[in-house]
Amino acid sequence: MAVEARQKTEAGKEFVTGADLLIEALVEAKVEKVFGYPGGAVLPIYDAMFRHEFPFEHILCRHEQGSIHAAEGYARVTGKPGVVVATSGPGATNLITGITDAMMDSLPLVIITGQVAQGVIGTDAFQEADVLGLTTPITKYNYQIQDAKELPRVINEAFYIATTGRPGPVLIDIPKNISAELTVRNESNAIELPGYQPNVKPNALQLQKLASLLEKAERPVLLAGAGVLLSDGATYLQEFVEKYELPVVNTLLGLGSFPGEHELFLGMGGMHGTYTANMAIYEADFLINIGARFDDRLTGKVANFAPGAKVAHIDIDPAEIGKIIRTDVPIVGDAKTALQALLAMDIKKPETTEWVTRLMENKVNYPYWYNRSEKQVSPQWLIEQICEKSKGEAIVATDVGQHQMWAAQFYAFNKPHNWLTSGGLGTMGFGLPAAIGAQLGRPDDLVVAIVGDGGIQMTIQELAVIHERNLPVKVFIVNNEALGMVRQWQEEFHGERYSSSLLTQNPDFLKIAEGYGIRSVLVDKEKDVPGVLEEVFAYDGPVLVDFRIHWKEKVFPMVAPGKGINEMVGVKP
Amino acid sequence: MKRIISCTVQNRGGVLNRITGMFSKRHFNIESITVGESETEGMAKMTFVVNVEDEHKLEQLTKQLHKQIDVIKVSDITEKSVVARELALVKVTANSQLRAEIQGLIDPFRGTVVDISKETMTIQVTGKTDKIDAFILLLKPFGIKEIARTGVTALLRGQQAKPYVAEVNSLTI
Repeated sequence: MAVEARQKTEAGKEFVTGADLLIEALVEAKVEKVFGYPGGAVLPIYDAMFRHEFPFEHILCRHEQGSIHAAEGYARVTGKPGVVVATSGPGATNLITGITDAMMDSLPLVIITGQVAQGVIGTDAFQEADVLGLTTPITKYNYQIQDAKELPRVINEAFYIATTGRPGPVLIDIPKNISAELTVRNESNAIELPGYQPNVKPNALQLQKLASLLEKAERPVLLAGAGVLLSDGATYLQEFVEKYELPVVNTLLGLGSFPGEHELFLGMGGMHGTYTANMAIYEADFLINIGARFDDRLTGKVANFAPGAKVAHIDIDPAEIGKIIRTDVPIVGDAKTALQALLAMDIKKPETTEWVTRLMENKVNYPYWYNRSEKQVSPQWLIEQICEKSKGEAIVATDVGQHQMWAAQFYAFNKPHNWLTSGGLGTMGFGLPAAIGAQLGRPDDLVVAIVGDGGIQMTIQELAVIHERNLPVKVFIVNNEALGMVRQWQEEFHGERYSSSLLTQNPDFLKIAEGYGIRSVLVDKEKDVPGVLEEVFAYDGPVLVDFRIHWKEKVFPMVAPGKGINEMVGVKP
Repeated sequence: MKRIISCTVQNRGGVLNRITGMFSKRHFNIESITVGESETEGMAKMTFVVNVEDEHKLEQLTKQLHKQIDVIKVSDITEKSVVARELALVKVTANSQLRAEIQGLIDPFRGTVVDISKETMTIQVTGKTDKIDAFILLLKPFGIKEIARTGVTALLRGQQAKPYVAEVNSLTI
C-alpha cells in the first residue's frame, strides 16, 4: 500500500508501517549513525529511512562484515551503541563474524536484520536463513518480531540490554511483511524484562574483604581490563592506583585504561606482554582484577598464573568470576562504581616500596626490545615513530597478528578509548572498517588503521567508504608479504614449514588505493619513515602507506602455548 | 555428580533453544529436561537433570543459566526436600497367559494398564527415577517393545527439613 495513501482508523489513529515504527524507535533511542546494506527483505526499512529523510546518518559499507566492524569501532570509541542493518539470508550471515566479535569483546550493538515474510518462513524461501537460530549462541539476546506493535518495546529493550550490564550485541529479526504492512502506533514501549537486572553496585562486605587483603599485601598487582573502559572508570582507576601505589598490568583490551607512560604501569600481560608484567603477576601475593576475564592469552598455563596470590575479581558479569581462576574475593559490579566505592573507603596503604622498586628495576632491565632492520623498516620502531609523530593521541585500530602485537607493545596509550582491536575472537579484517566507524564517531580525532597485508585484503573494499566520505583515516599496512603470526608459529613450532602463509603474490596496494581515489605511498627505507609520517599526519585526508618490513620479523617476548607466564622466551636479545 | 536444577523462565520464542544451546556450547551434559507451563502466565518451568564433574562446573552452570535474559530464577534443588517425579510408558509383549502375571508386578509399583492389544500391554508408571528403573528391569524378561520416559520434573516441598538455603539467583557476592 502506498504510504502517500496513509489513512486513519475509525478511532482516528494513524496507520503507519512497521518500518515507520522502527525508524521512530531508533530516533527515540537517539541513534545518530546506522551502518547498513540494503536488500530485498529490508526494502521497506530503507524506504522508510528515505521517507523520513534520514533522521540519522546511514553509512553504506561495501560488505556487511564491514558494516558491523565499523559499528564496533564506533561503539568502542564513543561508548554509544553501534547500530547495524542488513538484509535476510546472506546479509545476515555476513554479519556472523562481527556479531561474535562484539559478543567476545563486550561491545554494545543493536543489529536489525530483515527476514522473509512470515507466511514463507520455514519453507527455504529465497534469501531465507534461520537467523534467530544462527545468532542465539553469539548474541546477548535476540528477537524475531511477530507483530509490528511489538517494535517500539523490542527496540527499547534491545538498546537497554545491549548497553547495560556487560554490554553485548542484540539482534532483531524483522519479517518483511511486518516492516511493510500498515499497523497502528502502540504507545507503550515499556520494557518487560523480569529476568534481567544487572547488578551494578558492588557488595560492601566483599569490598571490605578486598580492603583488608590490600592492607596486608606485600606484593600487590592490579590487573585492569576492558571493563574499566566500558564503565568509563579510567580516571578513578588512576586515582586508586596512585593512592595506594599499586603496580598496574593491562590486558590487551584494557590498554588505555591506565596511562601507558605512567611509572606504575608495568605494561601488557600475557602471551606477548612484558616480562615485568608477567613476573609481577607470577610473584604477586595479592591480585586485584578489575574488569578482565582471565582470557587464556593472558593467563597462559592456569596453574602458573598468580600461584601465590589471593585474588579479588571485580566484574559486572557474575559468570566470569571463578570461571578460570579461583577467586577469594568475588565482587559483582561495575568497575567504575566499585572504584568509586573503594576510593571512599578508609584503607591503610600497604607497605610496598620494596616490591615496587624491584618492579621498576625490572622495567628498566627487561623492556621490549628489537633489532633495527638494515634494509627495510623495523616494525617495532615504526610503531614507536607512529606513536611519537601522533603524540600518543591517535585512535589506533588494528587487525590481528604480528602488527597488532607490535602496536599493543610499542604504542603508548595514555588516554582511554583510543585503542580498537579484536581481542577475544581475533578477527582479521577488523582494522580498516573499525577505523572508519571510529572516525565517524569522533570526526575531529586522528584515526590510524595499522593493518597487515593479509588482514586488509579481507575488508579492503571499505576503502570505498573512506573515499566517498573523504574520511581522513590513515591506513598503514605493515607489509611483510606473509601472514606473519602464522609464519612465526610455523617457524617456532612447526619446523619452518611455511604452509600457505607466505603472500608472495600480493596486489599493488598503491594502485588499489589509487583505484579508490586515495593517496598512497610506499616506504621501504627507515630514513623515509619520519618525513612520510609527518606529511601524512599533516594532510587532512585519507592516505594509505605501504610500509615494507622483513618477512622474518618476529614478535617477542613470548609465552609459548601451554607454558606459564613465568616461562617467557625472547625476553632479551 | 548428578544435580537437579529447577529454572523459571520467561516463555518467549526461542527460549528452549537458547538454554539448551548454552548447555551444548559450554559442554554441560544434560540427562533430561522437562518443560511446561508454570503457575504464572507467560512463565515456564524447566527442570534439568545434569551430570557435572565438580562444584566448580556446577557453579558455572547455574551462573550461566542465570545470565540468560529469559531466566527469572535458578535453584539447585538436589539437596533440598523435593517431590521429584518422572512418568514412563512401557509397552511389553503380553499374551493372555502372561497378563495376570504382569498385573501382579504392576501393583506394588502402583502402575496402571493404559492400553491392551492382543499381543501387548502398555503400562504407565510414575515416580522417582530409581523406581522407574527398577520397574523396567522387572518387565524386561517379558520383552519390552517400547519405552517413553518424560524425564524428571520437581517441586520443593511446602516445608523444608533444613532452614531455607539461599537461592542461587540471590547472589550475595
